[in-house]
Amino acid sequence: MTAPLEADEAEPLLRVHDLSHRFPSAAEEHWAVRGASLVLHPGEVVAIVGESGSGKSTLLNCVAGRIAPSAGQVQYRRADGRWVDVHALPERERRELSRTEWGFVEQHAAEGLRMNVSAGANVGERLMALGRRHYGELRATACEWMERVELDPMRVDDSPRAFSGGMRQRLQIARNLVTRPRLVLMDEPTTGLDVSVQAKLLDLIRLLVARLHLSALVVTHDLGVARLLAHRTLVMRQGRIVEQGLTDRVLEDPQHPYTQLLVSSVVAP
Amino acid sequence: MNAATAGYNFAYLDERTKRMIRRALLKAVAVPGCQVPFGSREMPLAYGWGTGGIQVTAAVIGAGDVLKVIDQGSDDTTNAVNIRRFFARVTGVRTTERTREATLIQTRHRIPEVPLTEQQVIVYQVPQPEPLYKLEPRRSAATRLHAWREYGVMNVKLYEDIARWGRIDSAYDHPVLVNGRYVMAPSPIPSFDNPKMHRMPALQLFGAGREKRLYAVPPYTDVKSLDFEDHPFKVEPQGHACALCGSTDTWLDEVLQDGGARMWTCSDTDFCRERREEKQP
Repeated sequence: MTAPLEADEAEPLLRVHDLSHRFPSAAEEHWAVRGASLVLHPGEVVAIVGESGSGKSTLLNCVAGRIAPSAGQVQYRRADGRWVDVHALPERERRELSRTEWGFVEQHAAEGLRMNVSAGANVGERLMALGRRHYGELRATACEWMERVELDPMRVDDSPRAFSGGMRQRLQIARNLVTRPRLVLMDEPTTGLDVSVQAKLLDLIRLLVARLHLSALVVTHDLGVARLLAHRTLVMRQGRIVEQGLTDRVLEDPQHPYTQLLVSSVVAP
Repeated sequence: MNAATAGYNFAYLDERTKRMIRRALLKAVAVPGCQVPFGSREMPLAYGWGTGGIQVTAAVIGAGDVLKVIDQGSDDTTNAVNIRRFFARVTGVRTTERTREATLIQTRHRIPEVPLTEQQVIVYQVPQPEPLYKLEPRRSAATRLHAWREYGVMNVKLYEDIARWGRIDSAYDHPVLVNGRYVMAPSPIPSFDNPKMHRMPALQLFGAGREKRLYAVPPYTDVKSLDFEDHPFKVEPQGHACALCGSTDTWLDEVLQDGGARMWTCSDTDFCRERREEKQP
């Protein structure tokens, strides 16, 4: 079941076609992802939900070009309008894409940040990779972005080690968005944070995504995150996408028995 | 050669090893600043004492060469004395302490103050050839960064210096961009010496024995110290004059004396001697 798309909807940004992945060490019939297809449009946020081990992170990593899938294609429309097959690109171009047009927000901020350099250097890194060599400008940009993600710009020279979990996650978002990516991939961006921090962070992500007209693919096991952020939701189970549709529809009127189980097992306070 | 060195080949290494090192050196000269792996041999010297430099010297030295060995600018420190004596024994070449007379100079941590010429070759001893090491300790990943010229991460370190100290704070081993392509570690020379590498008429060879890497800068090659547009690379004046020759435009060492007094003297002892001889009638 695919989401009903309006005929005049803009051309998609990302197309995943019949993607399958089996880890080399896994058993013959054990596929981490099996036959996954999805489309992402500009400005759209799509959530991938499912239990642990359902293959959602593997799917995300395949999309990000970090894992070469066993079968299937990931196609991306670049800023210049050219469609590219992410996994057929030379590694150099893929890396360039991933640090300019894409962002990747890790679940653990420590993996996405350089923990031994200051917050400012973290935000500035992508710009320096693009050849910006003006310290004053880099620092000003870093302060500006820290403000945007509601971090105190006075702390631009502090190490991320001195930041709390929520602050680190904000810093990671700033670090990714500084090059104005078109597509942001997020792997459990709020997991491991306490509930009030989660709520604020979700608010911020929603605001930034809308303001910057980003497309985002968000992996989460938390249906609340999907409800707050995502226009559309995909439900994965045992490597397959079992249901996809508008988030409200999926959560209010789940069709697949597994989705029904998932929705009914949400603990309401 | 005397009885003690009988049975040893000229310059200690056997001819096949020297050929292997020369092949790597040719590649290194052809791709300025690029690290070339080589089959580093065990030398009668501990790692960290110049095993890389000594192998490069052994591979390029000829019977007609005049060798000078310096350690921290000085000709008479343990490292310099031993390496010089080693080559005197295993090659029989003439050695000197005078920079102008030498055709081959092996150095640790300094470039001589006297400008080098086309007739000279300088060999640097390198402890860590990878300039990205502190930011990307994985060798395979660092190699990729070099291959794709992803040097933004290098500036992250410089950014961090300015944020913390208000200036670029690599007092030594300040990374350089060679020939507009490869970022290279200049070995732990003071950043004072970095400008000397730029378009130097002499051939510069670098050897890292433990890390098994060679690299080179051919004569007259551009060598630019990394910096920011608004924080350009500059040599910080030390603010002292040499107590022996009065020089203010050379690199000075601070020497602690009996009673706690401090004395600043030229680190390049040969240059200091030359200056003093000039002054005396």
